[in-house]
Amino acid sequence: MPSKRWNAGRLALWLLPLGFLLAFYFFPLGKIVVLSLTRWRQNGLIGWDWGLVGRTAGFTFYQATLSTLLTLVLGMPAAFLFSRFQFRGKGFLRIASTLPFILPTVVVAAGFNALVGPHGWLNLALMALFRLEQAPIVLQNSLGAILVAHVFYNTSIVIRVVSTAWEGVDLRLENAARTLGASPMRVFRSVTLPLLRPALISAFLLVFLFDFTSFGVILMMGGPQFSTLEVEIYIQTMQFLNLPLAGLLSLIQLVFCMGITALIIATGRSLSVPVMPRGNQENLRKPAKAAEKSFVFIMSFVLVSLLVLPLAALVGQAFFTSNGSGWHPTLQFFRQLFVNTRQSVFYVPPIIALRNSLLYALTASSLALGLGMLLANAARGRRLLSRLLNWMVLLPLGTSAVTFGLGLYLAYGTGYTALRWYPLLIPLAHALIALPFVLNLIEPALNAIPANLKWAARTLGASQRVVWRRVELPIIWRAALTAFVYAYAISLGEFGATSFLTRPDIPTLPIAVYRYLTLPGALNYGQAMAMSVVLLAVCALSMFVVDRLQLPVWGDNQRKAQPDA
Amino acid sequence: MKRTIQLSMLVLALALSACQKEPASLTVMTHDSFAVSDDVIAQFEQENNVKVNFLLSGDAGSTLNRAVLSKDAPVADVLYGVDNTFLSRALSEGIFETYASPLLDQIPDALKLDDQDRALPVDYGDVCVNYDKAYFADNGLALPQSLEDLTKPKYDGLLVVENPAVSSTGLAFMFATIAQYGDGYLDYWQRLKDNNVVVVNDWETAYYTNFSGSSGKGAQPMVVSYGTSPAVEVVYAEEPLTEAPTASLVGDNMCFRQIEFVGILQGTQKRALAEKFVDFMLGTTFQEDIPLNMFVFPANQNAALPEEFALYNQVPEHPASLPMDEIEANRETWIAGWRELMAQ
Repeated sequence: MPSKRWNAGRLALWLLPLGFLLAFYFFPLGKIVVLSLTRWRQNGLIGWDWGLVGRTAGFTFYQATLSTLLTLVLGMPAAFLFSRFQFRGKGFLRIASTLPFILPTVVVAAGFNALVGPHGWLNLALMALFRLEQAPIVLQNSLGAILVAHVFYNTSIVIRVVSTAWEGVDLRLENAARTLGASPMRVFRSVTLPLLRPALISAFLLVFLFDFTSFGVILMMGGPQFSTLEVEIYIQTMQFLNLPLAGLLSLIQLVFCMGITALIIATGRSLSVPVMPRGNQENLRKPAKAAEKSFVFIMSFVLVSLLVLPLAALVGQAFFTSNGSGWHPTLQFFRQLFVNTRQSVFYVPPIIALRNSLLYALTASSLALGLGMLLANAARGRRLLSRLLNWMVLLPLGTSAVTFGLGLYLAYGTGYTALRWYPLLIPLAHALIALPFVLNLIEPALNAIPANLKWAARTLGASQRVVWRRVELPIIWRAALTAFVYAYAISLGEFGATSFLTRPDIPTLPIAVYRYLTLPGALNYGQAMAMSVVLLAVCALSMFVVDRLQLPVWGDNQRKAQPDA
Repeated sequence: MKRTIQLSMLVLALALSACQKEPASLTVMTHDSFAVSDDVIAQFEQENNVKVNFLLSGDAGSTLNRAVLSKDAPVADVLYGVDNTFLSRALSEGIFETYASPLLDQIPDALKLDDQDRALPVDYGDVCVNYDKAYFADNGLALPQSLEDLTKPKYDGLLVVENPAVSSTGLAFMFATIAQYGDGYLDYWQRLKDNNVVVVNDWETAYYTNFSGSSGKGAQPMVVSYGTSPAVEVVYAEEPLTEAPTASLVGDNMCFRQIEFVGILQGTQKRALAEKFVDFMLGTTFQEDIPLNMFVFPANQNAALPEEFALYNQVPEHPASLPMDEIEANRETWIAGWRELMAQ
């Protein structure tokens, strides 16, 4: 490794992301801690109950572990499907599997209800088919509903993170092992799996943290008999204003999350042997053998039923209406989106909500990608430091959204003039939440690049900057794109922390959806669904565009390669 | 550090907002359900040469908590939307300044809960059980006349309620049962539970997923909602309706009355404007705009009601109520007891 001098550039590499974390994570959190302690001193700790806290923490851990494992069980074969096979409808499936990520929980609940509710389409179809008296699928208010919703939301994380790594695995290694007499199982165990391990661990961590801090899914799908730490924190903060207890619960949640994260990171996430990753298309083939064909078919079927059907049911709700005599198509819900029925002062045309959402999402994802690249570069080659950084960046994911949102509000949102910068705080908060994704995708890709590649380029006279642009960036390009897509999706869908900083004159699409759902009436319900369809369409379109982007400095052999789909 | 960051963000924000020159502004903090007509607010803005900013801050409880937590550096001048279930917290935290508006004369005394005039009543509404008219007619089922009726076997599994720990309608309904049964409310809930009452967390799920009278076409023909929901169903029908598809059960103590208040936030630098705005909210122009925007009843007795309200709403003669101090003192214990029972 060439010696590193601490020049101004290297310092900026560090200071920028670190300052960002300090200003928008640690400072707001500090505010909350101070306030909780003050209130604790004044009123004491009220309502502490060991049994309740123990049970809640236990259930939180239990459902998160179960959800994460289920997500992996589905996500692994799906990642294999996407990284190895070329088949019809792949592009559609790839984008569709990411869409759940951006949907507000209340909309997802409506989608599931339209599909498997007591009068859901699937239940009605099954009842008609098998002449049943009662709906065969009962999902509401059960642990099953929580698990299904978590799998629905997070499978795409496993698919994207793992398949990005899997695409880069050098097939020649697997072939060599086969030639040496290893069985396909043995090859997978001793060659492929070790190469995928960093990505797998990243995916596991991200999904686990999401499930552990889950809030909306537990509330809307699980019902009142299930409670997680996040739900308790919400109740203690927003209902009882019991900050000392809420703070303590937040701390328990954070310690829990960070302990697990540290443990997993310590088990070793970086590749022990850097292997030159392959270009992004050469591992793909059309399914040839019968076994391969049926695998592709079955896997696509499973993904469509689990991830696409609820979305389709949602779209159906927006385009169809029932009036007692059956379902008939309508465009009225979409037309009504453009009408300010009650002349409300808060009415915002959907196009404006769309613009706000896109502006926030673009700012947040660019910021997250930029900071993520800086961090990944800064930590490069220093294993301990990189682990520490990774761990630190994951903190916001393990932090309760209510606590974080309230902290941001207290740190920057109060005072007469604060309203002015709410629109700037939102993308900053989004970037912070997206940062772990970016770092977890880019860092493994960057660390997988063999050092001799860089040295060869340096020996040939390329500067550090040229090496970055012409060698490293093209190699991690796909990982960076995936990171960008996630940051973008997170920003489009994030609700918890942002709800503290929204201004009614600058609503985002999810907020517009919520606004329709707070009142009864078929029209409000229909418009909420129509607005969700707009949200889905916008997200699908942006991902379609991003998926097709090619890096201008891409090497010659790759320039010919076609993107998938 | 805070100062530097705020300063740099201010510069950015100013640059982005294209440096519009604004008139004086007044900020009103309120809950997400707040709504008002464009021209009503425009009238106030023109008369006083002011720009009114609204800050929607979550549900009623969250809004109040945010006001309490930022009382040293207030974000707003006026807070609207504290209801009688939270009023005691608002008053004991001292977030309001006293203001005896001359318009208080036009408001019935029964609605005035703060004798020091820090919180002034703006509107009221009832949380009631709504029912799906078609279901009851099709099945020849008689309507429940009391809370006790709801525990009868013929209504087995027909009612969906919200979790009082996270939903304000759920909380109001639990208060109604406490007003009726006192300390015995948990026995009542045990009977409801034995009768297979369905509990979900939030109003949206209860109304749109479980209730058979809404677009969600759920399984339960009775839901805890608002007394005015039937009128809303008509106003926001997909095709014009002549009759509401739902109605409310308004037997004695079956509904819980919520009164919403407005107050001037402690430390405002725009006291005169804030007073004008409070007067405006209590005046007939605003009061007559309330029903079809927020679907609650105006507090001012001179305000005329829209005909939808007369046609489709049932108003309870004897709604349930609880003293606000008792609510504040027992809220957590009551909710904890309920959660423990229902989680078993």
